[in-house]
Amino acid sequence: MEEDRTARINRLKWHCRRALLELDIVFQRFWEREGDVLDAQGEAALARLLELEDHDLWALVNGKDVTDDPQLKGMLERLRVV
Amino acid sequence: MSYTVRKFDAVIVGAGGAGLRAAIQLSEAGYKTAVLTKVFPTRSHTVAAQGGVAASLGNSEEDNWHWHMYDTVKGSDWLGDQDAIEFMCRKANEVVVELEHYGMPFDRLDNGKIYQRPFGGHMSNFGEKPVRRSCAAADRTGHAMLHAMYQRNVKVNTQFFVEWQALDLVRDADGDVLGVIAMDMETGEVVVFHAKATIFATGGSGRIYHSSTNAFINTGDGLGMAARAGIPLEDMEFWQFHPTGVAGAGVLITEGVRGEGGILRNSSGERFMERYAPNAKDLASRDVVSRAMTTEINEGRGCGPNKDFVLLDITHLPPETIMKRLPGIHEIGIQFAGVDCLKEPLPVVPTCHYQMGGIPTNYAGQVVIPKDGNPSVPVPGFYAAGECACASVHGANRLGTNSLLDLLVFGKSAGETAVADLKAGSSAHKPLPQEVIDKTLARLDRLNNQKGGSNVHETRLDMQRSMQKHAGVFRFKNLLQEGVDKILQVAEQVAQTEIQDKSKVFNTARIEALELDNLIEVAKATMVSANARTESRGAHVRDDATDTPETPDGRDDKNWLKHSLWYKDGNRLDYKPVKMKPLSVDTIELKKRAY
Ligand SMILES: Cc1cc2nc3c(=O)[nH]c(=O)nc-3n(C[C@H](O)[C@H](O)[C@H](O)COP(=O)(O)OP(=O)(O)OC[C@H]3O[C@@H](n4cnc5c(N)ncnc54)[C@H](O)[C@@H]3O)c2cc1C
Repeated sequence: MEEDRTARINRLKWHCRRALLELDIVFQRFWEREGDVLDAQGEAALARLLELEDHDLWALVNGKDVTDDPQLKGMLERLRVV
Repeated sequence: MSYTVRKFDAVIVGAGGAGLRAAIQLSEAGYKTAVLTKVFPTRSHTVAAQGGVAASLGNSEEDNWHWHMYDTVKGSDWLGDQDAIEFMCRKANEVVVELEHYGMPFDRLDNGKIYQRPFGGHMSNFGEKPVRRSCAAADRTGHAMLHAMYQRNVKVNTQFFVEWQALDLVRDADGDVLGVIAMDMETGEVVVFHAKATIFATGGSGRIYHSSTNAFINTGDGLGMAARAGIPLEDMEFWQFHPTGVAGAGVLITEGVRGEGGILRNSSGERFMERYAPNAKDLASRDVVSRAMTTEINEGRGCGPNKDFVLLDITHLPPETIMKRLPGIHEIGIQFAGVDCLKEPLPVVPTCHYQMGGIPTNYAGQVVIPKDGNPSVPVPGFYAAGECACASVHGANRLGTNSLLDLLVFGKSAGETAVADLKAGSSAHKPLPQEVIDKTLARLDRLNNQKGGSNVHETRLDMQRSMQKHAGVFRFKNLLQEGVDKILQVAEQVAQTEIQDKSKVFNTARIEALELDNLIEVAKATMVSANARTESRGAHVRDDATDTPETPDGRDDKNWLKHSLWYKDGNRLDYKPVKMKPLSVDTIELKKRAY
């Protein structure tokens, strides 16, 4: 049976608790903006990013590193919105 | 509400540097060890540490543990216990070399030895000149450290319970600690981890402040759990602040920005540091800069609609210099201040960074409390290490790079002592006290069923704003007094938090409400201890503590050379003496702390 959306979103939200304050703030803003509208593709992209180590993830979010992966690229752009 | 019981020899709460180091000791000795953590181990806050770990290896120039000890005692403004400080500085080389053997990729010299760099406050020959003592792994020291120790733990079969939240300590009527009650975040299931040894390594509590460099995870859970179980919290008035956190966000702006020529300005654009430190100006020490910034804000010369920050200006520097020498700062400005720092100044405030106080321990990692006239009696079965513990090596102020050392040394010694106690102790688990478990279940029930209660987010914000205003980096008598009333009012709100989401799977609303139960204990301890301590010492600086020959810079050794102990019950304070006697060398005698 597929897990309901609340459970999936809550799990993702908890995985946004990071070791770096910078990322905590980026994700907090993201959820305030997109929490209600995040679709399945967005969830999948976010879940992939959340697998990364914190310093690597922060380097992608702040533009120090870049990725060619279109799915990740799109999500990173959404995370960068201030 | 139902629960199950699981038995272990040892349970460790926390999988940051301190918890992982302690776990190695227990698992290597063959004890069945559970490590509980709210997040995956290598996402613990230790990851944020970049500066390095101190050890007097002497790889680049002459150095020794006695000089390191002197610097640490002086840094602590003589509030650190000299036996624990000697222990830590003497053990530093051993634990750093061990870490190397676990696979830590330290930066190296051409000759293959660990590369060392200088760091503020670390000196050679008893305070003479800076020494290279910090060992680092590029700018990922903390991260590399956790990886190396996590791998080691996997090898020795430590059992990890990832995404579990410990809720309360199990302490019976004799005062013995028998484990923890915890919740599986994934399912909401409650489990009692019944253990013969319980080690807390839950990290800091920097989120009690509105402006904090700490990640959201640093909610002082270990301190809250200890306080609820009747254990006092030591020296909670001492918090290290960093002068330049981005206002409203807390993200650290490195000192390097002022090093490269950044200038602090008030609302009229004045370079106010010229008035406070005519020579060093913006490069004065952290304390001096933080205090000047607070004075500007308090006297109405702050910026923004609420006049609650000052500006860090680098617009006069060539953009190439900024982008080359201060990588990352431009992006931090854009992301967290909404400011392009090439064109506009950055809003900054003194920001909470590190907690010197914590659960009282001795250098063996045992939690110690006053009993029958003895100020430091071990609590059977209970140990603590890392930022949640107060050994006390940092006293009234911590030296940079000494906290990573603290968690290696005392993580190890807590583990070693637990192993020795397990060997000497009985093979059976002492029976669990039902009434203690019931109390935690009742706390959960209260939260799940609360109606018409307070909002967690707003209450936490209220607490954080009160702490920032009333017990910030520079403290005032009347503000502290008002602060005590204010924080007790907030505590009443915390006791009635209400959550809308009642689901079981990763219920973040519930997790955050439970974290707030812990934060508020730390906040009360801080406010009450700071209000009572009428001197200035280290990071606790009061406007009304006057500079006289007997009380240089407001430090009053006659009345205040003692550790504070705050008890949750009755919100009361007690004190215990500072251990001035080291293990093998002479006491480092009291002196004015000047750099
Ligand atoms: C930005 C920044 C930079 C720093 N740089 C340096 C530096 O260069 N050198 C230095 O020496 N120090 C530095 N420090 C300080 C140092 O990083 C910390 O003091 C240290 O990492 C704390 O380690 P710890 O093991 O005590 O706790 P943490 O690493 O914070 O780990 C705490 C653990 O406890 C777990 N936990 C907490 N509560 C619960 C609960 N209720 N249930 C289950 N698990 C729980 C968490 O999941 C986590 O695993 C820095 C601090 C900051 C904020």
